[in-house]
Formats: sequence, C-alpha cells, structure tokens
Amino acid sequence: MTERIEIENVTLAALQERFGDQILETHCFRGDATAIVAKEAIMAVLEFLRTDSRLDYCMLTDETAVDYLNYPQARRARFEVVYHLYSLSKNCRVRIKVPVSASDVLPSATRLWKTADWLEREIWDMFGLRFEGHPNLKRILTHHEFVGHALRKDYPVKRRQPLSSNDTLMDEMEKRLVAKGLK
Amino acid sequence: MGLESFFGDSFFTTRIDAIINWGRMNSLFPMPYATACCGIEVMGMLSSVYDIARFGAEAVRFSPRQSDLLIVAGTVNYKQGVILKQFYEQMPEPKYVIAMGVCASSGGFYDNYCVVQGIDEIIPVDIYVGGCPPRPEAVLDAVIKIQEQRIKKQTVLEPTAAGTKIHLP
Repeated sequence: MTERIEIENVTLAALQERFGDQILETHCFRGDATAIVAKEAIMAVLEFLRTDSRLDYCMLTDETAVDYLNYPQARRARFEVVYHLYSLSKNCRVRIKVPVSASDVLPSATRLWKTADWLEREIWDMFGLRFEGHPNLKRILTHHEFVGHALRKDYPVKRRQPLSSNDTLMDEMEKRLVAKGLK
Repeated sequence: MGLESFFGDSFFTTRIDAIINWGRMNSLFPMPYATACCGIEVMGMLSSVYDIARFGAEAVRFSPRQSDLLIVAGTVNYKQGVILKQFYEQMPEPKYVIAMGVCASSGGFYDNYCVVQGIDEIIPVDIYVGGCPPRPEAVLDAVIKIQEQRIKKQTVLEPTAAGTKIHLP
C-alpha cells in the first residue's frame, strides 16, 4: 500500500516538474491524487500521462463536469471538467480537473481515448460545455425536444419537458449505411 | 330450466357474460413492460416460486399486439413515454394496465426533469401497485383484483332499445 501511494505522489511530482505553474494545484489524500490544470495545458498533460512509460495512464475511466455556481467557497471558474485516469500496469489512479467557464471550448480527449466520445457528449448535454475536435457532439441523454442543460445549477430540477414524438435514429443509421457502402 | 335434465352431463348452461369473462380472466396474456428494477420482480412473479401461471396468465407475450395485460414495471422517462403510448395503442381491446412500483405509479423518488410522474399522464391505468419494488405477491394481488373487479364485472350483453346486443370489444 505504501508503494501505491508513492506512485500517486510520483505522478503529481512528475506533473509539477514538467508543467510547472500550469498545474494550478495538487492534493493527495490517502492515495487519492488530484491535480488542477490550466485549460491551455490540458491536452499536453493528458498526453504526457498517457504516453510516459513511468506513469502509463492508459485508461480514461470517467470524464465529467461540476457546476460550482452558488458554491460557498470561491472557485477559479464556474465549471470544472474532471478526468479520471487509471493505469492498468501500475494500478493507480489520478484525477485531473480543469476550470472552465461556460463559453470555453476544451480540446476533445477523443484523440487519446475513444471512450471520451460519449462521455463528452454527456457533458455537452448536461452542462453545455463544448469540445473542439469531437466527431459528433450532440445530445445523448435528453430527448430531442429538450431545451437547456439539465445538470446546470440554474436549471430548475423539476422543470419537466414532455416529448411529443420520438426522433428516428435514421440520421445515425444513414451515416453507417453510407460508411458501409450500402447506400 | 329443463335443458340440463334433457341433455344430461354433456352440457351446462350459463350466461354469455359469465362464460366470456371466465375465459378472459383465466387466460390473461401479460406483457411485461419492464424498464427498470421492478422488471426483476416481474421475472420473479412469472417464474416458479411466485408463479403467475396459477392464475392462468402463463403465456407471456412480448408483443403488445398479442397481449391484454400491460404490466408497466419501472421508471418511465419522457423519451420512453412516447414508446409506452405506442405500445398501449397497439394492444387490442379489452386491455388492462398495471402500474407496478412507485416509479410507474407516481414517478417514485425521481422528482426530476426527465421522469414521467406517473404513467397515468400517458395511458389509463387500472391498478397501481406501490412498493420499490413491490413484492411479487403484491403484483399477483393486482392481477387477481383485475380478474375479480374488472373482468368479472364486465358486461358483454348490452341492453339497447332495439333489444339485447352482444358487445364484444
């Protein structure tokens, strides 16, 4: 167990050594390592964590966002996008948080991990944060007549939006038929 | 009257209402519309320990066009509600609906932006079964209530001014 905590600390130390003051903050509580990174450096940080052989964070286990509107303590920005990475060979995890405002556009992590495709679609649907370079940034959970971003703190949680008729999935199907050369 | 004594043991007389309702109530074809956790309890009710086959509702048809009892088991979102309405419209008359569990009856503990607060916003419901999830016995009780209070009391013969009309929906 002591070794694992050391690996997390090695990760944070390596990040700070390489990226200097673009790592805004780090903390590690009982092996739960977190680094807050400036949004200009996020792609470089994720790529470094993935490709560096000492660290080898090959798996993006989750990508989500947090809305800090009305938070009691002042935060750097309204939203923070959170990446959870896991290293299969080293068996350790790290959390990367990026403060962004509602109008900021982050580069998409789909370049590094294909799983970020749906995860970033969920962030767009629930929070309204855009990702540049995403192959298909459209809503994934709410229905097609839904207006607004449901998990933002200023969306009233009980505002229900009934649906009149379902959209067909033909737009997705058309793309696949074309890709397979069947249309 | 004199019929039974005339034919002996080969025939019995009854009313059209009674015989048709008897046939319908003891051969319900359930359609388990299981969207969430209550679906597991539906599976429990359909299988051996809590056996719904005792009540004749053995033939589970996973098609609305072939079933007459719709058991909505689980949370229904607005996206799913459109599909639920299509399901209900595809069922032939006479049809009955059980809202199983609190999510189907009232939205459950999901008082939020996406859950329909009770499927009676979308389709008419005969029996609401509370519970999260309800015991399989509770849903069996609902089936029995539909048999006794809905089907058994349905009138097939309709008295009209022109005479009695058989109304077979």
